[in-house]
Parts: sequence; structure tokens; C-alpha cells
Amino acid sequence: MTALLHVDNISKHFGGFVALDGVDLSVEPGERLGLIGPNGSGKSTLVNCICGTLQNESGSVRFEGQPMDGLAAHQRTHRGLSRSFQLPRPFHSMSLADNLRIPLLYTVHARKGPLRSAGDLDGRCHELLEMVGLANKSRQLPRDLTQVEMRKLELARAVAAEPKLLIADESMAGLSHSEIEDILALLVRLNERGITVILIEHIMSAVMSFSQRLAVLVSGKKIADGKPEDVVRNPEVVRAYLGQ
Amino acid sequence: MTRVNTSKFSLIVLAVGVLVMAFAHWFNVDYLFFASYTILQFIVLATAWNILGGYCGYVNFGSAAFFAMGAYSSVFMHKFFEEALPVPLLIVIGGIVSGIVGLGMGYLTLRLRGSFFAIATLALSVVLATLVVNWDYVGGSRGAYIIRPETIEIAGVTINYIEYLFGLMLLLAMIALITARTVERSQLGFGFATIRDDEMAAEASGVPTLKLKLIATTMSGAFMGMAGAPFPYYIGYLQPQSAFGLEYAVNSIAMPMIGGTTSWIGPLVGAILLGSAQQYATVTISSAVNLLIVGLMLVAFVIIAPNGIVGLVQERLRAWRKP
Repeated sequence: MTALLHVDNISKHFGGFVALDGVDLSVEPGERLGLIGPNGSGKSTLVNCICGTLQNESGSVRFEGQPMDGLAAHQRTHRGLSRSFQLPRPFHSMSLADNLRIPLLYTVHARKGPLRSAGDLDGRCHELLEMVGLANKSRQLPRDLTQVEMRKLELARAVAAEPKLLIADESMAGLSHSEIEDILALLVRLNERGITVILIEHIMSAVMSFSQRLAVLVSGKKIADGKPEDVVRNPEVVRAYLGQ
Repeated sequence: MTRVNTSKFSLIVLAVGVLVMAFAHWFNVDYLFFASYTILQFIVLATAWNILGGYCGYVNFGSAAFFAMGAYSSVFMHKFFEEALPVPLLIVIGGIVSGIVGLGMGYLTLRLRGSFFAIATLALSVVLATLVVNWDYVGGSRGAYIIRPETIEIAGVTINYIEYLFGLMLLLAMIALITARTVERSQLGFGFATIRDDEMAAEASGVPTLKLKLIATTMSGAFMGMAGAPFPYYIGYLQPQSAFGLEYAVNSIAMPMIGGTTSWIGPLVGAILLGSAQQYATVTISSAVNLLIVGLMLVAFVIIAPNGIVGLVQERLRAWRKP
């Protein structure tokens, strides 16, 4: 079976700073992958290169066997790659429902051809908001939300694009224990529906309970990749996290 | 809010247009036509500016260039065919020329945002002005005279030419408003708004931001060109300083800002308010105070109502609904 996502030896520099240095990563369909690493280790840069927000300088990204290099971010979204941002980036002049309407209009509709009726669209927006527990706020603006709700909206918008691969970039930072449980349960539910998930997270308990496999980035290099229990015992990983 | 669909809205606009035309025809004073033409022209310019500036958040300082391209394409056609072509045709040609310039500007400035985009559009305006000044065929820096006919016969009825131009500009303003409102409520309008709010998040949601920006620069440029095309016939003598005047660039920005940039009503309200104030000042004080009025009103509104009149009203309504 071919990998859903295949990242081959990609590198990215910002001036003299090497953000990614020959990273390989492969994700199988239906997998739940955890991606961890200290601050500044290149996790978000890797996500940006996979999603087309940044273009990698060398190496290649393949999705479902197709090369994605040179494609703009929106084209990758159309093909089934969706991500949430580390710092939520809602469309601040639109209601919550309209925030979710955008991926429905521009991605789901573009993929399937005929536009769903206005009623269908409203229904789907409501469903998505219900999924993250924001249904009663559908007509409010993002500025009325708390930080936690903003993260849920961010996740809902990524899910609205009906992705094959969802990359959740630190969607749990700052959340309480029960909220983390909620989001984890949501991600597992999505995964059970067949969506492959890459979870980038600092909260180890969440990563450990969610991931089937764990990859570790340190200073732009992947230093470990394997079963979560094995990876956290890897001496190199321990050194990177705790110092010597 | 009651929902009014596009065809109903078009009918309302048409009815208002017919009423305005009937009133103006009944009143039949040349000055009224002259003054109202200018206000209508600003409605088109402000609405056009708002498609790019208000909906997409890209501030265009080069409106005068698009307006002038429309005006000069009319001068060119007039010279080339050595006779007055029908003005509706010239409007279409002016729209095409400025639309192409808009598309070109879009391509050249794709990577620029915020103030850098504004500076680039201003630079475009200066470059085009320099080209026209040095182009003898359309009059160069001396300018070009266009002798407009006294009257025109339409379907056997002879009407005053200025009334004819007024009617055309009224029609154009109506088309611009209907287009802007339709865009605002369409998928395209939603896409424009995502560009204004957050381009990176828009791309991640699947919005082809580059394509939408090009559509916006082209549409906006085309309407500005259409507003400029009848101008040589209106003014009789076109020179680069007047066509590329600061007045157009500043008014096109100030009117939507004062009215409110997020909806089609904003530019309409702003253009009527500022345009009338300027016409009044021109008659009572001097035309030299026009830009002063615009400047003062812009400063006042930025402080009192940063979201324009429409924004102010919406806020009041929201506060009133929430006890």
C-alpha cells in the first residue's frame, strides 16, 4: 500500500538559519501520527512546506502518489490536505457559520461539482459547529469567542474542507484537561471516519494517548520515528527534551 | 434583515434611476446636469475602488490612472476615427482598456501588501501620466480638445447632450451598484472578504487568492475606466493634469471610507455626501477648497467612525437590539 503522504528529504532555509534539514516522513492512510519537538525545531515549518504555505527549497512532497511541489496552498487543500493554524486565524469580519462556509464553498464544492443548496450549506455549517460545541454561537463574530473556542473554530474550519489528511498544529495549547479530552475524542472520531491525522502537540499525555506512531524533530532534523513507547525512551529524544 | 434578491434589487435601482432621470428632465437646468454628472461619476469611481479596496482590503492609490486611461482611450478613438463615436461604445472600450491595465497591475503587484501595494499603484499612476504627457497623438501635455455636439437625437427625440451624458452616467452608476451588490453576496464576495481578513487562512480553506485578486483588480479597473470614458465629452478639453488629478485618487478612497467599505451602500452614501459638499463649495466658496473638504471629512470620520457611516449605523442598531 502506498503512503498517503510522502515527504522526501525536504529542506528549508530562512537566510542563514536552517529550519528543515533533509526531513523524510511517510504517513499511511488512516494513521494517527504524533509530531513532537522542542520550540523552534521546525514542526510548523514542516507543516507549512507540506501544505504549500511555504515552498521547500529541496526535496519533494507527494500526496496519494502525486507530486505536490510548486502547487499553491489552495490547490493542496482541494486535493485533500487540510490544516489548522497554531495561532487561530479566523476570518474576523464573518460570523462563525460563514467562517465554515468558506471551505465548503471553495473546497468541497470545487471538488464535487454542483453547489449544494443554500439549505444544505447552512445545515453542514451547523453540523460542524455542533461537532465542536459552538452551535449556539453560529451568528457571532470570532472576536466574541474565548481563546479555547477560537481553537475549536480553527479545527472545525480545517475539518469543513473534508480532508483526507488533517494536520492539527497545536490545537490544544492552553486548554483545560477536559477540553483536551474533548478535542482528542473529536480527532479520534474523525480518524475513525477515515481521516488520517497528524497531531503536533506539546502536551505529552495527549500525544501519547492519541498517536499510533511518533516522530520527533529537533533542530530541523528528524531524530526518531516509531512506536510512541519506544520513541520516548530513545536516549537522543530524552537528551533533546531534558538536556544532558 | 429582510432578504432582497438581485433581480428585486435591480428593479428598485431601476425605479430610482428612472425617477431621478424624470425629475432631472422635468427640472431641466444645465447646471443640475453638470453637477449631478460629477456626483454620479464619483459613485461609479467609489464603487469601483471599493471592490478592490473595501472587499479585498487592497488600497489603490492609482484610481486616477484608471480613470484617465478610460478618458484617454476615448480621446484616442476620437482622433483615430476623426469623428465622435457613440459614447456607450466608448464606455465599453474605456472599460476594456482600464480592465486590462488593472489585470496588468494585479500581475505586477501580486506579492505586495498594505502600504507597499498602495505605493506601487501610485507609482503606476505616475508612470502612465508620464507616458500620456509625452504622447503627442492624444495631445501630450497641451491636452486635447473634444468638441461635443450640442444635441443628440435618440429614437427621433432631440435631447440636450449634457442630459444625454448625465443619463449614461446614471445608467453606469446603476450597473456599478448592482454589480457590486451582486458580487458582495456571491461566492466571489465571500472569497474577497477572506482575502481582506487573512490571506493565509483563505488559501488553507481552498480559496484561490491569486485568481480572486486578479478578478478584483480587473473589475475595479474596468469600472474606473468606464467612468472616465465619457469625461472628455463632458469637459470638452482634456489635459493630463486634470485626468490624472489627485482629486480622483483621493476622492475614490475618501468616499468609500466615509460611507463604509464593507457594503455597496457605503461608497454610494460617501459619494453623494462628499460629491454634493464639493459641488456646493465650488459654487459658494471656490473649487480650490474641494480637497480641503475631503481631507477634513476623512480625518473627522477616521476618528469618529472608523467603519464609516454604514458601520456607525450598524453599531447603533446592534446596540439598540441588545437591551
